[in-house]
Amino acid sequence: MQHDALHKASMRIAIVDESASRAAVIHEGLAAFDDCEIFVLTQRNGLVARIEKIAPDIVLIDLGNPSRDVLEEYFAVSRAVARPIAMFVDQSDEAALAASIDAGVSSYVVDGLAPHRIRPILDLAVRRFNAFARLQTDLAEAQGKLAERDAVDRAKRILMDSRRITEPEAYAELRKTAMNQGRRIAEIAEAVVTAHKLMGGA
Amino acid sequence: MAELTIGFLPLVDACLPILAREHGFAEAEGLSLSLVRDMSWATVLDRLLYGHSDAAHLIAPLAIATTLGRGRPAQPLSVPFVLGLNGNAVTLRQELADLVCKPGRLGDPRIVGTALGAVVKMRASEGKRLRFGVVHRYSSHNYMLRYWLAASGIRPDHDVEIVTVAPPFCADALDAGEVDGICVGEPWNSVAVERGAGRIVLATAQIWRRGVEKVLALREARLEERRGDVEALIRALIAAARHFVDPGNWDANAAILARPEYLDGSAELIRRAIADRLTLERGSAPIHYADFMFQYREAANFPWVSQAEWLYSQMARWERTPIVAEEAGKVAGVFRPDVYRSALLGSAEPLPGASSKVEGSLAGPTPVGTQQGVMTLESNRFFDGLSFDPHDLTGYLARLP
Repeated sequence: MQHDALHKASMRIAIVDESASRAAVIHEGLAAFDDCEIFVLTQRNGLVARIEKIAPDIVLIDLGNPSRDVLEEYFAVSRAVARPIAMFVDQSDEAALAASIDAGVSSYVVDGLAPHRIRPILDLAVRRFNAFARLQTDLAEAQGKLAERDAVDRAKRILMDSRRITEPEAYAELRKTAMNQGRRIAEIAEAVVTAHKLMGGA
Repeated sequence: MAELTIGFLPLVDACLPILAREHGFAEAEGLSLSLVRDMSWATVLDRLLYGHSDAAHLIAPLAIATTLGRGRPAQPLSVPFVLGLNGNAVTLRQELADLVCKPGRLGDPRIVGTALGAVVKMRASEGKRLRFGVVHRYSSHNYMLRYWLAASGIRPDHDVEIVTVAPPFCADALDAGEVDGICVGEPWNSVAVERGAGRIVLATAQIWRRGVEKVLALREARLEERRGDVEALIRALIAAARHFVDPGNWDANAAILARPEYLDGSAELIRRAIADRLTLERGSAPIHYADFMFQYREAANFPWVSQAEWLYSQMARWERTPIVAEEAGKVAGVFRPDVYRSALLGSAEPLPGASSKVEGSLAGPTPVGTQQGVMTLESNRFFDGLSFDPHDLTGYLARLP
């Protein structure tokens, strides 16, 4: 099933990512290229066999994927037997490579594919990976804020019950302590909650 | 405080950088260590090459392959410290293990090899080949397994197939019958055993009693830029190694290594490996195999140039490429005993006077010349009794099957 990637109309791109949501984000971005056929592989089982069947021109894989060594091994062998796959697109373009490593994606490209066709795809993959990472940071931050608010609410409740004070007084107490100790209110609140648990509170 | 970032894979032999950080050995040397965990050697290497990390816990042959440009553009790496010798095992699917190795103890590599040869012949008559998984083509696992098979009359790549399997998937691959055997580091053999996916039949220390395993690798340029910090790191790692082999610390160290940010695994399995104990088969009592892991004694961390050259000989052997003097010269330059010596000069650590030795030549305890301290090396034999003279790579290869 050898074919000539140089003269083929559409490029076959395989996205290997165990995170289905990230793969979807990359897929969506690449769909903008009308000369690409995209395959998403999220399962590690039978990965090499599926790649072999798809015969992609470009393979994008996230750096955290445990299957990278297995894939590289396959590419090293396939170089000898069938479609030659280079580990790197353009060895002279160190900056592009560094950007893709920074973004957390590595790419493997069939030998001889024209650089002007590859670059836009790789650039887009890098942008999408970065965007996904930002999304996750935002999400983690939002979740962290929710958790903090929860701790503050619980600490207020503990103070109100144990010292028979009002909610504004409890909050003022937390804020005063935080200011005196140069710490965040959420940290003081967590300490109150932990201490309360240790003292046998629910 | 100087900062150094070190990449690692979640394996027991990533212990020294982790413990250097956790026990304050790095801090005592004026270093603040950040550790970056990855799930493939390809990514550990990418981070090293693109500057995300200053140093990496790396399979030794990969440092050599990277320097020579095998598989990717050449980038010179330097190895000033060996993170450990051996610590890997061969685990076979239960039914195969039953055919080639008596239960209850580790096999004898000659006997198991001969029996395996018979199974391989039988399979060949049915048009089938056994398949083995190793963690990377540029790993000591691959070279040790191949060495043993070949010396047992089994031709890797002809009589059996050897494929790459990521360590966390080894147990799965055995269980599913994707491979008949694996050669991998701990805790992954034990994980396979606990799951009932296979039985441990050999430790790689039985194949080569003192085989180089993981190394501390840096880009050559980074080593030069950060020479002072790297020497401080070597002192911190030596302190960690001394701590690691002390039985009084095993419980605490196993608990640290098991943490989610490090190996994210079972402290019990990790402690077994640290203590050179292996449960060969699910439900059986652990056995003790001395020096299963070898992290400190006999200047184990000294980067013997001859070890790098042995790895190069195996690379040439299995890739069927000629020994090239220019390449051999580059390989010899990867391991940096000079850096190790200058880091530990004036300490209590023994410093070998030579940088190379004939590997596999010692049958028993032998005092060796040092420029500092005293040192006795124990047996470093290959199981077939051959020895490796780094001055004659071609002659050595000609003597191998």
